[in-house]
Amino acid sequence: MAVTAAPKIVTSRLGHADSHTLERYLASGGYEGLRKALAMTPEAVAHEVDTASLLGRGGAGFPAGRKWAMLRKAPVTYLVINGDESEPATFKDHLLLERDPHQLLEGVLIAAYALQVTQAFIYIRGEFALALERVQAALNDAYAAGAVGSDIFGSGFSVDVVVHPGAGAYICGEETALLESLEGKRGFPRIKPPFFPAAVGLYGEPTVVNNVETMSNLPWIVVNGGAAFAALGGGRSTGTRLFALAGHVNNPGVFELEMVKTTFSDLIHAPALGGGIPHGRALKAFIPGGVSAPWFGPDRIDLPLGQDEVAEAGSMLGSGSVVVMDDHTCAVRASWRITRFFARESCGQCTPCREGSGWLERIMRRIENGHGREADLGLLLDACDNISPGLDWPPQQTTICVLGPSIPSSIASAIEMFRDEFLVHIKEGGCPYG
Amino acid sequence: MTAAARTPVGGPRRAGDHAASAHLSADARARAREVIALYPHPRSALIPLCHLAQEEQGWLTPEAMVDIAGLLGVTPAEVLGTASFYDMLHTEPVGSHVVSVCTNIACLLNGAAELLEHAESSLGVNAGGTTADGSITLEESECLADCDRAPCVQVNHRFVGAQTPASFDRLVADLRAGARAQDIPDHGTLVRVRRTTGLQADSTTVAAERAAMAEAQAGRAAAAEAAKTAPEGVGGHP
Repeated sequence: MAVTAAPKIVTSRLGHADSHTLERYLASGGYEGLRKALAMTPEAVAHEVDTASLLGRGGAGFPAGRKWAMLRKAPVTYLVINGDESEPATFKDHLLLERDPHQLLEGVLIAAYALQVTQAFIYIRGEFALALERVQAALNDAYAAGAVGSDIFGSGFSVDVVVHPGAGAYICGEETALLESLEGKRGFPRIKPPFFPAAVGLYGEPTVVNNVETMSNLPWIVVNGGAAFAALGGGRSTGTRLFALAGHVNNPGVFELEMVKTTFSDLIHAPALGGGIPHGRALKAFIPGGVSAPWFGPDRIDLPLGQDEVAEAGSMLGSGSVVVMDDHTCAVRASWRITRFFARESCGQCTPCREGSGWLERIMRRIENGHGREADLGLLLDACDNISPGLDWPPQQTTICVLGPSIPSSIASAIEMFRDEFLVHIKEGGCPYG
Repeated sequence: MTAAARTPVGGPRRAGDHAASAHLSADARARAREVIALYPHPRSALIPLCHLAQEEQGWLTPEAMVDIAGLLGVTPAEVLGTASFYDMLHTEPVGSHVVSVCTNIACLLNGAAELLEHAESSLGVNAGGTTADGSITLEESECLADCDRAPCVQVNHRFVGAQTPASFDRLVADLRAGARAQDIPDHGTLVRVRRTTGLQADSTTVAAERAAMAEAQAGRAAAAEAAKTAPEGVGGHP
């Protein structure tokens, strides 16, 4: 079944052109979740999120309830929302920020109440000018409506929310780099341990960092109960999730689907979803969860869209973005471009990532340009192995953050699946796809 | 921003050029203080203040960085050191329209490399360059998260939808003619919606929290110091 009868949890308003306005939001049940939450104890609100077993929607898939539990005993805390969506081919938070900013704000306020924080920051990728304007306008309206600020809705609970613009750096999506950036510094990921900002976060204080989509689920969970959310999906992957589909498909876009109940084949081919591959071409490969994830071939197309299901098959659902490549795609060129992305975005702190990404990019480029050597394939895999020993999945790490170990994914996948294509580039001195 | 306030583009800046206008205006400094007041620590306002400076000048001038440093209580080198990490903060002059063409994977699969090649030849500049009239800076960008409208193009960080070579040329003509001024402000203006209120949460609660934070930090520092001076074998290294 391609599309189940599951309710639209985070995209219910997007059919309306004015979905970003307070009027539309209030007319469609907006801020009812916050009112309900404020009448409950903070512990009871957190319990509902635990019951929902909401997995974080940013890419790592860590349970939101467990993240919160680490913080609730701390005296001083911050809540930081990660809206620095930059993983290539991921564009779901972009949609939520621009089209339903009040839903995000309500989620932030519910989380702030559950965690009893007095200040929350929404860090939004700098390139999202319209999203920054929409969220700021929504925040201004919410302050005026008494939904945020002092004594919200007469509950006695007060919290301030600040919209913070980024300035263009992929690495700031890594939560400790994001906190550094929010402190006014270069976006350098912090050395672990401590592993969790819940222990040492913003200004060294306990901090919860949650993704935009994760927060946007909270109003529905509070209104309908955590159990109703947990009843959707399957296994550990509860609820619905946004899948961003791009590349060679007739109908690219963001689709809200019940977890596990839909397969990659459904997502790519169903008429109501991706609508198939253009020009009647065949599928060559797809990336199941952002460019940090190993690629899958057509043999994996019947896998369900579930976090554990994709992990067991040797890749990750990651940020929920699926890139489709048709059979006219040059695997060398595609993996080279992904490698160049990492080479550009490496923050430069750790040698394996800083040097490795540059070397890998240059070797990939010379193969694509027809100047490759026979020994280059071995050299590529050897350099990849230096960044992530064993080239296992999940990857081993030689660096402070996971950007480094993400570099080998596309190269190792492309060589493993399309070795002959690399050899043709090398032997014939050029790209057979032109 | 008036046309006269914009620093001319092209060629290295000469010392003394527009020296007066390169500093933050009184209005910008007032806005900067409002922004700083939103954060527990002033330095957190560094990136927002850099955006504010770009809104006035179109780029981040050395003079503005000195002003920002003064407002935040850090050195100008710290401002430059942070700003130089971020793609959107330009420490060299750029055109009034920064046109970003994404060539990352989803766009690459949809003709982005060909579009960029066309853009370079039609504008007569390589990616990274600014046209002689100072109107357009062309950038090759990483993924901009608009992948269902590929190849994705932004002008001054406003999405303009998927472009073909022909539509790209029309877009550039419109930009040069000022036909898009309504929806695409000159480069540097990022957020046109101003925050309407300062912090509202009860200041005594916040002050109490800040005091508790300082106490907790002092406690941790003391504990760390004690661990350092502890005799061998008590704490020790792993």
